[in-house]
Amino acid sequence: MTNALEIENLVKTYGDGFEALKGINLNVAQGDFFALLGPNGAGKSTTLGIVCSLVNKTSGKVRVFGSDIDTHLSDAKLNLGVVPQEFNFNQFEKVFDIVTTQAGYYGIPLKKAAVSAEKYLRQLGLWDKRDSPARMLSGGMKRRLMIARALVHEPKLLILDEPTAGVDIELRRSMWTFLEEMNRRGTTIILTTHYLEEAEALCRNIAIIDHGEILKHTSKRDLLQQLSVETFVLDTDVPLKTAPKLENFDCRLDDEGALLVEVQKGHSLNGMFIELERQNIRVVSMRTKANRLEELFIRMVEDNARPSESAKTVRGSAA
Amino acid sequence: MKTDAMMTAFSTIVLREVRRFTRIWPQTLLPPAVTMTLYFIIFGNLIGPRIGDMGGFDYMAFIVPGLIMMAVITSSYANVVSSFYSMKFQRSIEELLVSPVPNWIILAGYVAGGMARGLGIGLIVTLLSLAFTQLSIHNLLMVVATVFLTSALFAVGGFINAMLATKFDDISIVPTFVLTPLTYLGGVFYSIDLLPAFWQGVSMINPILYMVNGFRYGILGVSDVNPFIALGMILVFITILSAIALRMLERGKGIRS
Repeated sequence: MTNALEIENLVKTYGDGFEALKGINLNVAQGDFFALLGPNGAGKSTTLGIVCSLVNKTSGKVRVFGSDIDTHLSDAKLNLGVVPQEFNFNQFEKVFDIVTTQAGYYGIPLKKAAVSAEKYLRQLGLWDKRDSPARMLSGGMKRRLMIARALVHEPKLLILDEPTAGVDIELRRSMWTFLEEMNRRGTTIILTTHYLEEAEALCRNIAIIDHGEILKHTSKRDLLQQLSVETFVLDTDVPLKTAPKLENFDCRLDDEGALLVEVQKGHSLNGMFIELERQNIRVVSMRTKANRLEELFIRMVEDNARPSESAKTVRGSAA
Repeated sequence: MKTDAMMTAFSTIVLREVRRFTRIWPQTLLPPAVTMTLYFIIFGNLIGPRIGDMGGFDYMAFIVPGLIMMAVITSSYANVVSSFYSMKFQRSIEELLVSPVPNWIILAGYVAGGMARGLGIGLIVTLLSLAFTQLSIHNLLMVVATVFLTSALFAVGGFINAMLATKFDDISIVPTFVLTPLTYLGGVFYSIDLLPAFWQGVSMINPILYMVNGFRYGILGVSDVNPFIALGMILVFITILSAIALRMLERGKGIRS
């Protein structure tokens, strides 16, 4: 089966000589929920910008559902829906007009566009705001408007660049549910996010990019298995003032007084409970710390930064 | 993209443009109507009778074609330059860039939008002029061809200006320092026969002179230049500027990094 997205040796060098992408390769399968993660300036938005025709590539190949953007750009674009990081609609236009106009750009006649616009505006809770100028919407509504606009032509691949940035937790959760439902119905989704909890909750496959290079490109499960230490959060019946000393386990208290215990991969948890029992500490609930991916991500990015830092030091000494 | 889909995309852009300039009509449709009415009153009614005939017609009848053309030129240019630059500024141009609309449809859509406003203003000014003088059409085909092509030419010009503009100042420089002087010196208010020979020669390199006179020929049947040469020149300019605009779109000048 053709991949939803194929990127080969993609290079982007900006006019000032900055090499944003250094020949990256990336494949996203049809039906996948894929996360492209990386720190600020890593090359995420440049990569997605090239796929969406907002950035000119320097060299390399990009194919969307088999359509090469150099030779079949129109076909590639028909399969794409894009939700950018920044609000990029006319703030003075009405919500309904913004969505139907976008459908018109894809060649969908107004009558048909109106049906599709109503469907997505209703699903995203914006139907009541259809006649409001976009500038009157709240930040969360504007984000949902961009999602409705991206979906109005029923794309097979939806690209979201930081879709939940600045959105409150309740709305973020409802957007997650919506995106999961879209993905279940067959839409391939690629997202970039700074909320690694989001990637961990939603995505099946992940690529980590830094300094214009792909550091990791694998499934979330494989990635998480690389985590050698897992942190458990334990709530005790009596709040602890200091973290107890447990043999073979590192532990500390978090800001809310819960006990965080780091367990090496392969270690039994029984030992931890025996130790706690011995110290008369009663555990009333336990959970894993949600942002496992965050720990892994930070470690990878730091590891990637280290060689270049030492190189800088060497160059600095030589100078 | 199939032909019917391209036509839908084209009409979407035009409709969006028409919706934009009618939504802000106090900024787009009203000012030229007020300005041209003042021209008719001051130059036509008050000063005109003292000037006497110009080119064999009373002064009011002489300046009406030029004033209509001036309004068409200014409005066609202003519509495209402000609309397209605003889209760049607000980044809503990305709505078009991610879509499969071919570049030539984008250009054609904006030009048609600019023409809709330019010709709409031209119609408003023409109707207003009927309150001050009688208009008879000498050559309808020449009137229609000149006004349509001139409107298209300045809409393309506005598009190029918007592509090159990096700040709001850049979209007012050309209208203020190029278009306005060329229009005022393009024979709107006078026949170039009144000028000394040297300045008559200088006037001949002003493209707006040809457009104003081509239009005046269509209405009054008099012109300082050959109206058919005027039409030919407009067509050549449209072709050259459209090629430049398309090339800029293809390279993503000012709209893609």
